[in-house]
Amino acid sequence: MAEIVLSGLGKSFGATVAVEDLSLTIPDGAFVVLLGPTGAGKTTTLRLIAGLETPDRGRVVIGGREVTTLTPAQRNLAMVFQQYSLYPHMTVRENLAFPLKSPMINAPPEEIERRIAEVSSVLQIGHKLNNRATALSGGEMQRVSIGRALVREPHLFLMDEPLSSLDAKLRADLRVELKRIQSDLGATFLYVTHDQIEAMTMATHIGVLHDGRLVQFGSPRDIYANPNSLYVATRLGQPRINVLPANLFGSAPTGAEVIGLRPEHIHQGEGRDARVIRVEHLGDQTRLHLTLDGHPVVTLTDAHTPLVSGDTVAIRPEAPLYFDAQGARVTQGA
Amino acid sequence: MSFSVTEPTRIEKWVAGVLVVVYAVVTLLPLIWIIGTGFKSPSDAIAYPPKVVFDPTLEGYVNLFTSRARLTPDALEELGPPETWYDRITRQYDMVITGPSLYGERFLNSVFIGFGSTFLSVFLGTLAAYAFSRFKVPLKDDLMFFILSTRMMPPIAVAIPIFLMFRQLGLSDTHLGMILLYTAVNLSLSVWLLKGFIDEIPVEYEEAALIDGYTRFQAFYKVVLPQATTGIASTAIFCLIFAWNEYAFAVLLTSGTAQTAPPFIPTIIGVGKDWPAVAAGATLFLLPVMVFTILLRKHLLRGITFGAVRK
Repeated sequence: MAEIVLSGLGKSFGATVAVEDLSLTIPDGAFVVLLGPTGAGKTTTLRLIAGLETPDRGRVVIGGREVTTLTPAQRNLAMVFQQYSLYPHMTVRENLAFPLKSPMINAPPEEIERRIAEVSSVLQIGHKLNNRATALSGGEMQRVSIGRALVREPHLFLMDEPLSSLDAKLRADLRVELKRIQSDLGATFLYVTHDQIEAMTMATHIGVLHDGRLVQFGSPRDIYANPNSLYVATRLGQPRINVLPANLFGSAPTGAEVIGLRPEHIHQGEGRDARVIRVEHLGDQTRLHLTLDGHPVVTLTDAHTPLVSGDTVAIRPEAPLYFDAQGARVTQGA
Repeated sequence: MSFSVTEPTRIEKWVAGVLVVVYAVVTLLPLIWIIGTGFKSPSDAIAYPPKVVFDPTLEGYVNLFTSRARLTPDALEELGPPETWYDRITRQYDMVITGPSLYGERFLNSVFIGFGSTFLSVFLGTLAAYAFSRFKVPLKDDLMFFILSTRMMPPIAVAIPIFLMFRQLGLSDTHLGMILLYTAVNLSLSVWLLKGFIDEIPVEYEEAALIDGYTRFQAFYKVVLPQATTGIASTAIFCLIFAWNEYAFAVLLTSGTAQTAPPFIPTIIGVGKDWPAVAAGATLFLLPVMVFTILLRKHLLRGITFGAVRK
């Protein structure tokens, strides 16, 4: 296990800048999730660390050792891909043994047997060991693929949306499993995802990427409660944060253009009157769609709310976030 | 567009069946005739009207593999009765076997040159195709087009320059020369076919292998190659069939040491219009490609339809 330091990393493909001036320190044993929309540079960052791409600028240091020019094999890390993860011409057992048989590790047969037995019991794939990799279901394949990463003891686990191709139930199971494995091993994980639940539940740190730049790095709580920009604020939260004109509820800090209100940060019962458009009962939460001066507002309410479409409810912000015209955070009192 | 599968009617089945039988007869008849002729006696082979039913004999095969000399009746008397079944066959014509013919040697030349050039074409083709498929090669498209363009005229169009070149380089009538020549002709086909197959193999597998602790070459060898076997097998068959059957260059560039079977077989006719021996030579010559194709058959069907089906 090791600390990973990225400094000033840059990579372009032709005219497209994929990653720009990216500096990031991943503490030993951290579970770092990279968030960002498609094209934000998440996967490129992962590939730069893995050594599958060579950076145009900057350095990658793993465990105090500069690895920028080393081959992927020399970096001692494991990676789980989104798809095409297993070697189709091998059995599950051969797939799991493959990293251990590599010239970099070259483990003795008893050691290989032992590691495979361990990992396959953790991931519950012991009964499939002699199956061909292509004869597995999607979930089993991805479990084996995670297993292939786990049989080694790499400095760092890289995961590129490993659960995105799975169905909801399996994704939830594996999410818990992965988090448990990570804390048991004390391993360092760098995990790319689109999924907010994965990010919030597994991460010790979240890095938010925007157009190849790291725009904020911190704990999930911090990213959620204290986003430094509107962009970061809209990355997390379900339903999404409400973005309204800053002066909708009266005075706003100087320079503030918009107010960002998390649905749960809207107090009902006093303040300005808003009209109820729709009440959505989702089971675990009840969403209230309102309109205030023509601006749509979404908030949460009690499951047994008497409110119906057409009613009026007074609302006022609680812990609002202000942003300037460029989307940067404006702190109150500044 | 929608497609539906319906059970063919009785008549459709009949028509299809008849067509298949007619096609089979048309393609198989010459083959059966050649195989049959190999077991005829020389007089049966040239009989008119042609003999469909005949007494099979191994005369053709004996003549194919031996050189014989005619002896006077006195000399034959001195030799005593024939000792082996093949001696008996030649004695009918007052001849004795004086030694092996050149056929075995020519056949081995064919095997050596055919399989040698096939191996080389596929080996070099795989490496080149992999590089073209995976790496940023400067002028890639132009190079690929250049490789294809070597196919745009029949190879025999450059026969004279090649003949002169080979003479200058001392490659005329050598195994090496023929292997190089057939490899050069087959390489373009091999690179193009194999690039198609390798393009189909997702690059993620190699990347996974690189991260799993393997070098680029090991990843190629352990991950790409096993998945490319289908492509390699079908490419090998195409290359072998060309090199095996090639006649024009073999006539032009070989005469002795490195002569392959195709130019040799017709020369048997010169020795006493021995059609059964020619047919026997052709029959045996068919076997290696047939065996090779049958061995690789399960790869071939997927190979020739490649690109049409996604895995």
